[in-house]
Amino acid sequence: MYNIAIILGITLMYSAPLIYTALGGVISENSGVVNIGLEGMMTVGAFAAATVGYYTGNPWLAFLAGGIAGGLVALMHGIACISFYADHIISGIAINFIGPGLALFLSRLFFDGATMTKPIPIENKIPRSLNGVFAKNSVLDVIFNQYDTVFLAFILTAVVWFVLYKTKLGLRIRAIGEHPEAADSLGINVYKVKYIAVILSGIFAGFGGAAMSIAVVANFRQSLISGQGYIALAAMIFGKWKPQGAMLACLLFGAAQGLAVYLGGTSIEVPSTVLNMLPYIITLLTLVIFVGEGGSGPAANGEPFEKN
Amino acid sequence: MKKRMSILALMMALMLTLVACGGKKGEPTPPAEGNEKVEDIKVGMVTDEGGVNDQSFNQSAWEGLQRASKELGVEAKYQESEQESDYAPNFETLLDADFDMMWGVGYKLAGAAYEAALNNPDKSYGVIDYSYDGNDDFPEGTPENMVGVIFHDEQSSFLAGYVAGYTTKTNKVGFVGGIEGAVIHKFEYGYTAGVDYAAKEQGKQIEVIRQYADSFGDAAKGKSIANSMFQKGADIVFHAAGGVGDGVIEAAKEQDKWAIGVDRDQNYLAPDNVLTSVIKRVDESIFKQVESFKDGKFEGGKTVLIGLQEGNFVGLADSSSKNVDGEVLKATDKIKEKIIAGEIVPPTDSQKYEEFVKALNK
Repeated sequence: MYNIAIILGITLMYSAPLIYTALGGVISENSGVVNIGLEGMMTVGAFAAATVGYYTGNPWLAFLAGGIAGGLVALMHGIACISFYADHIISGIAINFIGPGLALFLSRLFFDGATMTKPIPIENKIPRSLNGVFAKNSVLDVIFNQYDTVFLAFILTAVVWFVLYKTKLGLRIRAIGEHPEAADSLGINVYKVKYIAVILSGIFAGFGGAAMSIAVVANFRQSLISGQGYIALAAMIFGKWKPQGAMLACLLFGAAQGLAVYLGGTSIEVPSTVLNMLPYIITLLTLVIFVGEGGSGPAANGEPFEKN
Repeated sequence: MKKRMSILALMMALMLTLVACGGKKGEPTPPAEGNEKVEDIKVGMVTDEGGVNDQSFNQSAWEGLQRASKELGVEAKYQESEQESDYAPNFETLLDADFDMMWGVGYKLAGAAYEAALNNPDKSYGVIDYSYDGNDDFPEGTPENMVGVIFHDEQSSFLAGYVAGYTTKTNKVGFVGGIEGAVIHKFEYGYTAGVDYAAKEQGKQIEVIRQYADSFGDAAKGKSIANSMFQKGADIVFHAAGGVGDGVIEAAKEQDKWAIGVDRDQNYLAPDNVLTSVIKRVDESIFKQVESFKDGKFEGGKTVLIGLQEGNFVGLADSSSKNVDGEVLKATDKIKEKIIAGEIVPPTDSQKYEEFVKALNK
């Protein structure tokens, strides 16, 4: 029981940043803009949050800064894909090179030429609202004594679900993703809605980065975001372009990481290299076996829309 | 759809090889004024992926070069590596800028530094944490224009283990390693042997939980491993894992347990939660080498071994007196003398460790 609690605790910690980023992917791709640049947006968000957090000491301001920075990078992606009809994947690849490069450049500027930001003291990190609510190291404490960014990730999943499926904006986003010409003929401003969706996706990816740099750890370094953006992207696809599906896929990956850490701590004689492959293998197998065919997503996903 | 997935796969592969390519320049430090100008001597170093601000041996090495620049008037510069493929180009960049002495910081740079040294016999090279002598990978031994500097990390880790053995209240301590290999094994087995020795003296059993993160950068992994160790009842976790250690110290802070730092005094990261740090004075060692280079006394073609008997190059951080019990520290000093005298030989690998335990229980 206690071991399961440890695994669940690690699951929540690991998956929260992925959930934010995957939600970003869901929003963007439902509007028909492929966002392979999540990784780059996440990196910039992580850096911005760590820097603002270090200099201002205000974690929520830092978190917001991470989102804004991610949103600004996404704006570049939007301009290229929406206004200039660029290939979404090529633009996304470019974003993934610009993101880490930009973070590195700015880090050198703000921290005396170093690739790493300075650590933020624990009292200036994102708060842990449930810290001390449960008995220390009890089962509930091990699972739920998390940074608030973890809970916020789940709240935002519900919010994104609500917006996409229960509001006018959500309907418009989805309509544009399926058939932009039809939406346009009904008087919807396709460009505007696409811009909103892409910028929102950057904000979410930025939040994802921030959830790494100011909650999981207390500083940004180049190796902090290395692949999480792609995992989130894959989670979104496996989750069939739905917020709740993406969230579940992220949780699965987190759980697999938790299991790997747990197994590494037992006396089972498995080489650590094999153990560390485990999360990827488990995620792949589960998704292939239980989820099956991923579906094809929004019909007009990735196609540039040009108003006649 | 298929196209999407294959492009995704391609991007992931690209990530591994291409993220932020190219070496990064450190600001050259101008020689301090008032010093006699030794304009001709330029000393550079190449970091591993940890970067120059890694709060660990890269940073320590750079502090050594900065000191050399201040006190000896040499020009100092660093090149940071973002990934393994940067190592060789970074040495090349320093060479192009006509540097006289170049250091590879960390065993991961051993190959690139070796190649560079062979190709440029008129320059001098050094590598930290690696010995080319008696090494199957390099049957030729250390090149004539090169030194390998290695530290008896198992001796200092033994001391840390001894301190941990006397400090633990739960009789359970942890060890988090980076990537398994000879270098980290010295920390692992030295530490474990130190704990065993302390347990034997106190006549009790202390369990050491050991786990590898298989990374030197994944802080989230370090945090989850350390967290799970603390939750299983360990109250002290020692890390020898570079950037992964950020997560270990973060976990100790959150759980209000002890972490033991590595390579340099990491107490400032969490003053109330870093019990002690296993230090190696990479800075002092590089400084000494640069000094002898400047004086024309640099001797290549050998491995420089640095242990407790050489002075304060390895050992426990000064900040230990803050959190470690005074009596324990005194006892630790006695152990240190025993190691210097050769009465205790801390093990460096699993085989030597087993022999150590056998001898201990006799």
